[in-house]
Amino acid sequence: MKISKKEVEHVANLARLNLSAEELETMTGQLDTILSYVDKLGELDTTDVKATTHVFSVSNAFREDLVKESLSQEDALKNGPEHNSEFFQVPKII
Amino acid sequence: MKLYELSLSEALEKMAAGELTSVELTRSYLDRIEAIDQNVSAFITVDREGALGQAEQADKNRKQGKVGELCGIPVSLKDLLCAKNLKMTCGSRMLENFIPPYDATVVRKIKEAGGVILGKVTMDEFAMGSTSETCCFGVPQNPYKKGYVAGGSSGGSAASVASFECVASLGSDTGGSIRQPASLCGVVGMKPTYGRVSRFGLTAFASSLDQIGPLSRTVEDCARVMKVIAGHDFMDSTSVKREVPDYTASLTAGLEGMKLGVPKEYFTEGLDSEVEAVINNAIGVLKEKGAEIVEISLPHTEYCVAVYYLIASSEASSNLARYDGALYGYRKENTQSLLEMYKETRSLGFGEEVKRRILIGTYALSSGYYDAYYKKASQVRTLILNDFKKAFESCDALISPVTPMAAWKMGENTDDPLAVYMSDILTISANLAGIPGMSIPGGFTQAGLPVGVQLQGAHFTEDKLFKIGFNLEQALQLQPRKLDI
Repeated sequence: MKISKKEVEHVANLARLNLSAEELETMTGQLDTILSYVDKLGELDTTDVKATTHVFSVSNAFREDLVKESLSQEDALKNGPEHNSEFFQVPKII
Repeated sequence: MKLYELSLSEALEKMAAGELTSVELTRSYLDRIEAIDQNVSAFITVDREGALGQAEQADKNRKQGKVGELCGIPVSLKDLLCAKNLKMTCGSRMLENFIPPYDATVVRKIKEAGGVILGKVTMDEFAMGSTSETCCFGVPQNPYKKGYVAGGSSGGSAASVASFECVASLGSDTGGSIRQPASLCGVVGMKPTYGRVSRFGLTAFASSLDQIGPLSRTVEDCARVMKVIAGHDFMDSTSVKREVPDYTASLTAGLEGMKLGVPKEYFTEGLDSEVEAVINNAIGVLKEKGAEIVEISLPHTEYCVAVYYLIASSEASSNLARYDGALYGYRKENTQSLLEMYKETRSLGFGEEVKRRILIGTYALSSGYYDAYYKKASQVRTLILNDFKKAFESCDALISPVTPMAAWKMGENTDDPLAVYMSDILTISANLAGIPGMSIPGGFTQAGLPVGVQLQGAHFTEDKLFKIGFNLEQALQLQPRKLDI
């Protein structure tokens, strides 16, 4: 087995997901199949190969620091599941 | 001929000649959608009022001589592109009621060019899938055969174009999501070079792979839309500062002196013989038109599925962390703590395939596994990129199938994700290498299902692909077939 149920539970917690017992069972099996398959990459020697994270080398895209039109507070809050006129509201944190 | 059957170029000509108004054309599509979309399931949201308003404005502008390149042309948008004040779901319960407060750059450009937004179309949830079956608000049907998939993830885009519910559509392609449904539904689809089109306002799936592109019924139409949406945008730091050519200018040029590479690794035993026959026919046709055909090798092709699913899932797990119930989208009510709110919201808001990819990505990026999975995949990505660089030293473009088989029945393979992932093998390497790729209708199987021909080119050679595609389309002269809707 490439991955155990316990590891899937751990990863689910990192990803902030709850899995039912049934989901855990299915996902563990499927992840195991997928991870076994991607082991294929081990066939290749990549010791001196540079990693590609972006196809074109990305450098900082600078711009002038100017005030431009942006979303109003009202528009920015509009899609919030719970908000007052100034803030998004969430369950108590502390 | 019905108004909705006009190509983009024909509609523009008629409107310029004063024989047609945008309101008439738009109404024709809206009526068509109302009459048939219950059978096609391409649309999630139809904006009848908004579209007619935009059409009226386009007609007024035309009278005043303000004629944009898409003046009065009705299009559909994949439901992961922000259009101001028009609901955007991404095919997910998570965003069931999300109203974007701004336009994506491509949407702004379409509007500025005079285009009319008919509505938003179905897609796999958060663009993760190959059949659009993970969409929570309707699954598009293949317009050529009932009960068959339209492909994905831009299945609604392809189905809406094929069934004459719009002139053109914008989709997005992370691993084949424009080209594959275009192939399965018998329409033209272009995935541009990474950075050619701004991604601002496109809901992110895998940011180093995602690219927006057009789907349409003809190559010329596709080139026209592409010209409008391409270009640098300061809102997307990965968009490239480079002049946008007039993609329609060189369409009719011949293919003499052009070399087309046939990647031998794309013609393996998994390839359906009917699909292979369509591709071989296209190769023969292009040869007759003056292109030289050479065999090419892309030796790392067999590794691209593994690389893709690690990189795309890793990026997705990070991108989708934003759906936490705090700022927008679904939130599970009455939770007692912030952590519970996050977990309950994400567990109920995301579908199975999205959760699976988040889990793969989180695992691949997690402490102790990063080097073995994400880093390794990124290194092999370099080898895949180098394969293409080498290939384009000896040819102008590659010709191949888009998918190993034509459209399949809905509901097949849904319990075997790896089997579905494998069907993407011929399209995902273009995203890993950031090169442009295109699907052009090449023919039909005996069962009447469309088969597309894929062209891939070096970075920023969309113009070459459009030219080859146009030559192929003109030479094949595929006759329209009766749709099964």
